[in-house]
Amino acid sequence: MSEPLLAVRDLRTYFRDREGIARAVDGVSFEVSRGETVAVVGESGSGKSVTALSILRLIRAPGAIEPGSTILFEGRDLLLLDDAEMRTVRGNRIAMIFQEPMSALNPVLTVGEQIAEVMRVHTSATRHEAWEGAVEMLALTGIASPRERASEYPHQLSGGMRQRVMIAMALVLRPDLLIADEPTTALDVTIQAQILELLQRLQQQLGMAVLLITHDLGVVAEVANRVVVMYGGEVVERASVAELFAHPHHPYTEGLMSAMPRLGRQTDRLMTIPGVVPPSTAWPGGCRFRERCSYSWERCATQHPPLHIVGTEHESRCHLAAEPLRRKAQHIPLAAALGGSV
Amino acid sequence: MRAHWTHQVMRRATIACVVLLAIVVVAVLAPVFSPYDPIAQPDIIGLKNLAPSLSHPFGTDSYSRDVLSRCIYGARISLSVAALATTIAITLGTLYGAIAGYVGGITDTIMMRIVDAALAIPRVLLLIAILALWNGLPLWLLVVVLGGTGWFGLSRMVRAQVLSLRELDFVTAARAVGASGPRILLRHILPNVVPTIIVAATLGIGHVIILEAGLSYLGLGVQPPAASWGSIIQDGADQLGSAWWISLFPGLLIVTTAIACNSLGDALRSALDPRESSVAMAELDS
Amino acid sequence: MASASSIAGTIASRLAQAVVVVAIVTTIVFVLIHLAPGDPFTSAMDNPNVTEAVRARWRAMYGLDQPLWIQYVRYLANVARGNFGWSFSMHRPVLNVLKDALPNTLLLTGTALVLGFAGGIGIAVIQATRPGSVVDRALGAGSMFFYAMPDFWLALMMMMIFAYWFPLFPVAGSVDPVMHEFMSPMGGLLDRLRHLVLPAVTLALLSGAAVARYQRAELLRVLPDDYVRTARAKGVGESRVMLVHVLRNALLPIVSLLGLSLPVLFTGAVFVERVFAWPGMGWTILNAVGTRDYPLVTAGVIVAAATVTLGSLAADLLYAVVDPRIRGH
Repeated sequence: MSEPLLAVRDLRTYFRDREGIARAVDGVSFEVSRGETVAVVGESGSGKSVTALSILRLIRAPGAIEPGSTILFEGRDLLLLDDAEMRTVRGNRIAMIFQEPMSALNPVLTVGEQIAEVMRVHTSATRHEAWEGAVEMLALTGIASPRERASEYPHQLSGGMRQRVMIAMALVLRPDLLIADEPTTALDVTIQAQILELLQRLQQQLGMAVLLITHDLGVVAEVANRVVVMYGGEVVERASVAELFAHPHHPYTEGLMSAMPRLGRQTDRLMTIPGVVPPSTAWPGGCRFRERCSYSWERCATQHPPLHIVGTEHESRCHLAAEPLRRKAQHIPLAAALGGSV
Repeated sequence: MRAHWTHQVMRRATIACVVLLAIVVVAVLAPVFSPYDPIAQPDIIGLKNLAPSLSHPFGTDSYSRDVLSRCIYGARISLSVAALATTIAITLGTLYGAIAGYVGGITDTIMMRIVDAALAIPRVLLLIAILALWNGLPLWLLVVVLGGTGWFGLSRMVRAQVLSLRELDFVTAARAVGASGPRILLRHILPNVVPTIIVAATLGIGHVIILEAGLSYLGLGVQPPAASWGSIIQDGADQLGSAWWISLFPGLLIVTTAIACNSLGDALRSALDPRESSVAMAELDS
Repeated sequence: MASASSIAGTIASRLAQAVVVVAIVTTIVFVLIHLAPGDPFTSAMDNPNVTEAVRARWRAMYGLDQPLWIQYVRYLANVARGNFGWSFSMHRPVLNVLKDALPNTLLLTGTALVLGFAGGIGIAVIQATRPGSVVDRALGAGSMFFYAMPDFWLALMMMMIFAYWFPLFPVAGSVDPVMHEFMSPMGGLLDRLRHLVLPAVTLALLSGAAVARYQRAELLRVLPDDYVRTARAKGVGESRVMLVHVLRNALLPIVSLLGLSLPVLFTGAVFVERVFAWPGMGWTILNAVGTRDYPLVTAGVIVAAATVTLGSLAADLLYAVVDPRIRGH
């Protein structure tokens, strides 16, 4: 395997205002190889969306990517490019789709125009060629009567169709990497399945890599090759999908797994992770998860855990890797004692 | 409701308040601040039409009256007319809009049609027509007329708010307990409309100052011997080339006061609902 | 997509509403006339040579001795036919006087509208692309300054500047009173344009300031919207993002602002016309006030209201055309 398609190294994205500094992304590293699907999992407040936006440098004031971060795409550091060069990457080599297709599409332009816009901005296609390309792309995403649909406005389409339009818009120039920020969260369950299937099909057809941001482990199990679990602005666990589901190491990952309803498993109630995500302006010292962790001990409060290797291509940011015996001693985590619950 | 004060908004509002307060204080304490008697004509030959100087910062007019003193006393008229007229307009607009919004149905439609018609007439034209038909109105009647022509836009906004508030749960709850219509309106709904009213009042004062000045300039507003800023401008209107100071300074005073009112109104508006669309803002200004 | 018949239906219903509005305005005006002290003849005919007998005959001719409701009906009927009576000061039917005056006002307000909106939108775009900067704050202070300005005072100051200090443009009338008849067509057109400059610019400054304020606020409101982020994610350049994506959406409410600003524009025009002696509706009405020519005053108010109503209707239709969300459904 030659060098990875995308290599994020020590990414830090901070938001600074008069109140203080919000360290939304605080030292995140991971890689995506050509053609593979990497899922970034976490709850809201974990920093996963900000990570995605940072890759395309879509973070605006008061947020900024801190110096010392590196984002290598095909060997080039994206953070060193000037505006014009970065724009040739966006929509062209790396594309992004967002969670809410209704608000993510311009209400006063037809969907065809919005897809064609990508071609006209990056290539020398004429209006006609761009329009044809848009219609073709709509057909590719499984929309019936694509030519009629292309002349319609976003509010005339259903939620699922709008997401297909977003996908068409993102893939029209066959990018090498697609970043999908919670693409199915706002959709009905049945449509979710269709969209996921579409993404998988297109990925195989076009040979592209996908960086999937999600909080839904079910989606991860279906489509991802590797998983990156984020919490508190950091990566807390990294592994292949099979490995993660078979042997989750980090207590947070454990919690996510137990909270997931699964067919065939009898329970009276779903487990929840007590407590809430701390604010990014004030990460607790030591391990950021300790207040919600049922294994935590003194070391967790004083020493910030590094990423330990706990298996083949499996890393976890937890002191349990150094002291595995502590895993037997469960207790009520501090957050639950204080009365909070997620 | 007071959740959105940012530093910038706070600063602007404070400056505007200070300016307005200063003007009001000077106007109220006119005898203290005014260097001369505003109606005194000490020396029609010698002191006539003097350019601004240290002894007469705003110059003198063709009757040798000190313009600064006239402006200070004029502030009393301009400000009180604006304040009173706006109060009348606010009261009328709120009542009318609240009733229309709460009662709904045909009554609402008819009431709003009338408002639409009234809004179609450019306010100045309506005022000119009224003031021309009734010649030489006493000052208090002028105030009533000004107020009586300025409530239409506000009534529309109040009605819209009452309409949406009416459907909320706390109103249903009040009705379930047996509260009567007027009581619900007064104690439950209107308190939520107060922010809009406050903003409208602040902006309204600025508008009426300008409006009254225009009417006085035309000779239709404040009648002599009383003199508002607009009347003073009118005095100097035909001597723009020779005695430009007579018209300039009262105008600057009007602009300053109006800017302060607008700043304050804007600050209040963004503090009370920063997400409001700008067309809704425009409706308040009309 | 909307069918032709549904668009026609909407226009028809709006027109009907407009007629109702004008009817209400006429009623209001009628009530005002009859609440006012005196009748149209005691003041206009203060000439002592006009005997009481003549006055009585005029009153009978104008139906002023009839019961009030008959007068009202006759008045409505007359207005509907465009018969506004006789102007005492101008010695012509009121309708003719207004027919001459209205185009002048429309020319003035139309030009001011175009200049004001174009300028205001341009300034707002400049401000919104660099919010919080020195340029933004300077332009914002400028808009605030002109927005708070009394129209007649600005007109006076403009006149002062251009009549006495920089005599570049004529400060009175719509055409040169002496030379215009002798000018070539081209010369005549230039003459008209030169006379149009000052009053139109004055009005444009005032309306442009308001437009700049609202447009800036609307642009800044739209900027954080999701589809703007999508456009950037596609690699679209900032200027195209601003002009095609943000402005197109932020313009919509400004179109409805057009409708709202028509009465204000008319109002401002009254003072501007007076100062610059521009022979439009405002100037005519003000002169009529001075000469106590009531038929002209009242007719002027009705016609102004009607013009404003039609203008609002046109603005609303324009909005419906421009916003695809309204168009078809």
